Amino acid sequence: MASTPHVLVIGGGSTGIGIARDLAMRDLDVTLVEQGNLTHGTTGRMHGLLHSGGRYAVSDQASAKECIQENRVLRDIASHCVEMTGGMFVKRPEDTEEYFEKKLEGCRECGIPAEVISGEEARKREPHLAKDIDKAIAVPDGAIDPFRLVVANAASAEQHGARIETHSPVTDLLIEDGEVVGVEVKHKSGPGIRVHGTEGGTEEIRADYVVNASGAWAGQIGEMADVDIEVRPSKGVMTIMNIRQVDTVINRCRPKGDADIVVPHETTAILGTTDEEVEDPEDYPEEQWEVDLMIDTLKELVPMLEEARTIRSFWGVRPLYEPPDVGSEDPTDITRDFFLLDHEERDDLPGMTSIVGGKFTTYRLMAEKISDHVCEQFDIERECRTADEPLPGSEDFSVLRDYMEEFGLRSPIGRRSVERLGSRADEVLKTNEPNPVICECEGVTRAEVQDAIKQSGSDLNAVRIRTRASMGNCQGGMCVHRLASELHDTSVDGDTFDEAIAREAWDELLQERWKGQRHALWGEQLSQAMLNYALHATTQNRDNDPADGEPVDFAAFDAGGDHVGDASGTDVAADGGETDGY
Amino acid sequence: MAIESDVLVIGGGLAGLSSAISAAREGADVRLVTYKQSTLRQASGLIDVLGYTPDGDGPLTDPYEGIDALPEDHPYRIVGVDTVRDAMSMFDEVVDTYQGGHTDTNALLPTYGGTVKPTARYPDGASAGLASDDRDLLLVGFEAMPDFDAPHVAAHLRAAGVPFDVRGVTIQFPGELMDDAKVTRYAKLLENNGPVTVRGRERGARDALVERINPELEDEPRVGLPAVLGDDDAAGVRAALEAELGVDVFEVPATPPSMPGVRLEDRLFEALDEAGGNFESGNPVVSFDGQDRVETVYVDKQDARIPFSADQYVLATGGLVGKGVESDRERVYEPIFDCYVPHPEDRYDWFDEAVFGEHPFAGFGVDPDPELRPLDAGGSPEFQNLRAAGSVLGGYDFAAEKSGSGVSIATGYHAGRIAAQEAQ
Repeated sequence: MASTPHVLVIGGGSTGIGIARDLAMRDLDVTLVEQGNLTHGTTGRMHGLLHSGGRYAVSDQASAKECIQENRVLRDIASHCVEMTGGMFVKRPEDTEEYFEKKLEGCRECGIPAEVISGEEARKREPHLAKDIDKAIAVPDGAIDPFRLVVANAASAEQHGARIETHSPVTDLLIEDGEVVGVEVKHKSGPGIRVHGTEGGTEEIRADYVVNASGAWAGQIGEMADVDIEVRPSKGVMTIMNIRQVDTVINRCRPKGDADIVVPHETTAILGTTDEEVEDPEDYPEEQWEVDLMIDTLKELVPMLEEARTIRSFWGVRPLYEPPDVGSEDPTDITRDFFLLDHEERDDLPGMTSIVGGKFTTYRLMAEKISDHVCEQFDIERECRTADEPLPGSEDFSVLRDYMEEFGLRSPIGRRSVERLGSRADEVLKTNEPNPVICECEGVTRAEVQDAIKQSGSDLNAVRIRTRASMGNCQGGMCVHRLASELHDTSVDGDTFDEAIAREAWDELLQERWKGQRHALWGEQLSQAMLNYALHATTQNRDNDPADGEPVDFAAFDAGGDHVGDASGTDVAADGGETDGY
Repeated sequence: MAIESDVLVIGGGLAGLSSAISAAREGADVRLVTYKQSTLRQASGLIDVLGYTPDGDGPLTDPYEGIDALPEDHPYRIVGVDTVRDAMSMFDEVVDTYQGGHTDTNALLPTYGGTVKPTARYPDGASAGLASDDRDLLLVGFEAMPDFDAPHVAAHLRAAGVPFDVRGVTIQFPGELMDDAKVTRYAKLLENNGPVTVRGRERGARDALVERINPELEDEPRVGLPAVLGDDDAAGVRAALEAELGVDVFEVPATPPSMPGVRLEDRLFEALDEAGGNFESGNPVVSFDGQDRVETVYVDKQDARIPFSADQYVLATGGLVGKGVESDRERVYEPIFDCYVPHPEDRYDWFDEAVFGEHPFAGFGVDPDPELRPLDAGGSPEFQNLRAAGSVLGGYDFAAEKSGSGVSIATGYHAGRIAAQEAQ
C-alpha cells in the first residue's frame, strides 16, 4: 500500500463532495468522479431548506438534533451560501392543537430554539399568510444555495490537492482478487474542464479505497460488483415562484404530508413537495397533478399563491434507504437517516463502502463519519477539520462595503454579486474592463460569468449553477445568447472555445431551461415562454440556424433594390449615398 | 355620451395600426385605443411575410408561393394571397423608410444571434447588411453591450456559410457611459452627436465613434453595428457615419427594446394621423355592452369607465405576448369579449418537449370566418361587427414560420377595410 492512501469518491453531490473535502483536508489523496455536473443528482434538485430540525422534531429526534447542530456549523463555515430567513410552523384551524404542542415540545427536547407566536404576530412577520392562521412556532430555519455550497466544497477540496472530474460516469468497478481496486470512467470530453466537442475516452483510475456516494444511483454502482444496495428512490416536485411571496420558511404544522413547505430562495420562493417512490432515478414521470397540488394546498397557507406566477417546476429524487428487513410500504415512512454500508462486512467485498440515505443539511456530518471510517481502514488518526475551517468565499466575510462605487455596479447588482461571491468578491469583480450585466433577472455580471467559465469550461449549465444566470423570471429568454457569447473565444487551460463549442453549449442550455418551464405554462409564464420563443425563433432564427442545417443558396435571395451586390467594393461612396435614399 | 366613431380599433401594434390605416384610407372615421406599449418594441422591425412552411421547409425564396401550400385555416389562406399582396402594397406606400418592395423574393438578413433570417421588408438602415449581397463586411460591437458580440456573430455567420468574408471587432463606445446604459441613451448620443469625454477632451459621440471604427476597417465596404444608430433621425445618423467612414453602414436588428421597432411604430402612428385617424393610448378596454353586436366598449381611465361606441370594431390586442390571449391553469381565453379560443383541454398538451418543437401554444388565438369575425365554439360569429387581426388570431405559428408581421399587416388591412365598408 502506498504511504498516502488514494481514495476514489463516486458522486459529485453534497455527500461526495463533502467526503472529498474532508479526506483531502486530512491529507489523503482524493479523486472524485461525477457523471454530470456537480450537483447533477439530488443535491441540485432540492428546495434549498437549511433545516432547523423542526420538521423532524416529532418523528425523528436523532435527525432533528443533528440538523440543529449542522445548521449552526453551516452558518459558520458557509455564510455566503446561507440566508438565515428564519422559519415558522403555522397552524390552521383544522390542524390539531395536540400536534402543535408535540412539535413545540419536540423542538425543546432537541435543543431547537422555538417560540410560540400569535397568528397576528405571524402575519406581522409574513403579511401574506392566511388570515385564519391561529398561531405559529418560530424556529431557525434558513435557506441555503446547494450549488454554491457544493462548488465551494469542491474548490476547497481542490485547494487541498483533490482531483475532481465531472462529466465522467463510472462504467465499471475494477475488482481484483475479490477486492475493489478502482473504477473505469468514461470522460465525456477528456479529463479536466468540460469542452464541448472534445473527444473523450475511458480512464482506469486505481485507488486504495472506493467510496460510493452516488445517492439514488448507488444501486447501479453496486450492480457492477454484484452487490445489492436497495436504494428506494422517491421523487418530489418543487415549484418555483417568480418572487418571494414570503421571506421566512413557512412549514405547515401537521404530521407529514405533501405540499407543506414554502422556502424563500434568492429572488424566488420554492413550493414543496411530494413523495412518490419511483423505479429509475433517471426516468420517472413528472406529473401535472403534483404541480397543481403544490398551489392548491399551499394557498391554504399563503392565499396569493393561487394567482401568483410560477416560473418552472423541477423534481428531485431522494436516495432513500432502509435495511431490507424494515419493509416500509409508504416512502414517507422510510427514515431520512443515512447508512454506511461497508461492503467488506456486508458482502465480503473489501475496498468499498457505500453511503446511502441522509439529508442535505447534515451532509458535512455524514462526510465526517464516512471519512472517519475510511481513515480507520488505513489506521490513520487525523482530526476532522471541516466544521471549523470556513469554505472558500466565507472567510472573514463582511458584506457591508460600498461595492457599488468600488466596482461601478448599480447598488442592487453589486449587493447581489457580493452575496453570491462572499469573500471572493474582490478577486472576481475587480476588473478594469467594462462589466455589464449579462443576466438582468438575477443581476449577474460579465466578471462573474467569466469567473465561472474559468472553473467549469464550456458548460453553460455549470456556469448557471455557479452564478444563477438564466434562473430568474425570463428563464434565459434574454441572456442565453449572451452567455454563449461570453464563452466564445474564451480560453481556459489552453482550450479556446470556438463558435461550434459555444453553439453546442447554447443549445444545451436552451433545452435545459425549457425542461422546467414546461410545468409552469399558463398565465404570465406562458406569455413569457411565447416571448422567449418569438425572440429565439423569430428574431434570432435559432430554430432554423443555417450553421446547423442544410447550406443556404444565398444567391437565390434578394440582393437589394438599389445596389446589386458590388463584390469589388470599390464604389463605396456611391453605395453609401444610394442606400440612404437622399 | 359615448365617444363615437365608425370604426374602433382596439390595440396599437402592427395589426391594429394596419387596420386603422386601412379603414381610414377607405374613408371611415376611425379611432384606435391602445393600452401598453405594443410588442413592436420587442420586435426586430423586420417585416417577415413567410420564411418557412409549417413543416419547417425553407428558407423560402418566394413567400407568396408558399402561401398556397399553407393549411386552409391559416390566416393567409383565409384572407387570400391577393389580399396579402394588397396589404403589403399599402405598407410600402405608408412606410417609406423600408425596402424590399421591389421584388417578391425574400431577403436574408443577419440576426444578432449570428444566423440569417428570411424577411420580406427591411428598414433602410438594415439594407446594406443583406446576406445575399456578397460584399465583405465588418461587424462592430461595443464592450458594454453584451447583446451583440460582434466577433461571435461574425464567427457564427461564417459557420452559416455566408457568401462573403465577415470579421467582428469589439470596441469601447466613446465616453464614460454606465456599463448598463440603455439603447436609447446610445441612440440619442449618436443622433445629437452629444458630448462625451474622451481622454479628458469633450467630443461629439458620433465623431469619436468614427475615430474608433476607422482603424478597425480593412477593405470591407460595409460596416454593421448594433441597432442604436439614432432615434428620430436614423437616416441622418447613418448618412453622417457613412460620409465619415466612406463605407456603407447598417444596423443589425436587435433584441428588446428595439430601436427599429420603435421607429416603425412611430412611423405608423404618423401615417394613421396623416390618414385622418384618431388614437389615444395608455388605458385598457375592460368591458363591453352588446349581445349579437358589440354596442359599446369601456376604457378604464383613472377609475372612470369611459364608453366608446362604434359601428364596427377591430380586435387587435395581440397574442400571448401582447395579452390579447390569456390563460390560467384550466383554460385559454380572450379577455375582453371572451371570444372562443380553441385549445387542448389538458395543459400538458399545450407544449412540445423540445424547446423548438411544434408548440400548440404558439397557435393559440381566435378562430375567424372569412371576414375575420371570431367564431364561437359552434362556428357562428361571436358578434356581427367584431373582427380580429394579428396575433390574437390562432392557427399559425409566426415564430416558426417567420410570418408575424405579414399576418398582422394582411389581416389588419383586411379587417380594417371590411369594417370601413360595413360602416358606410
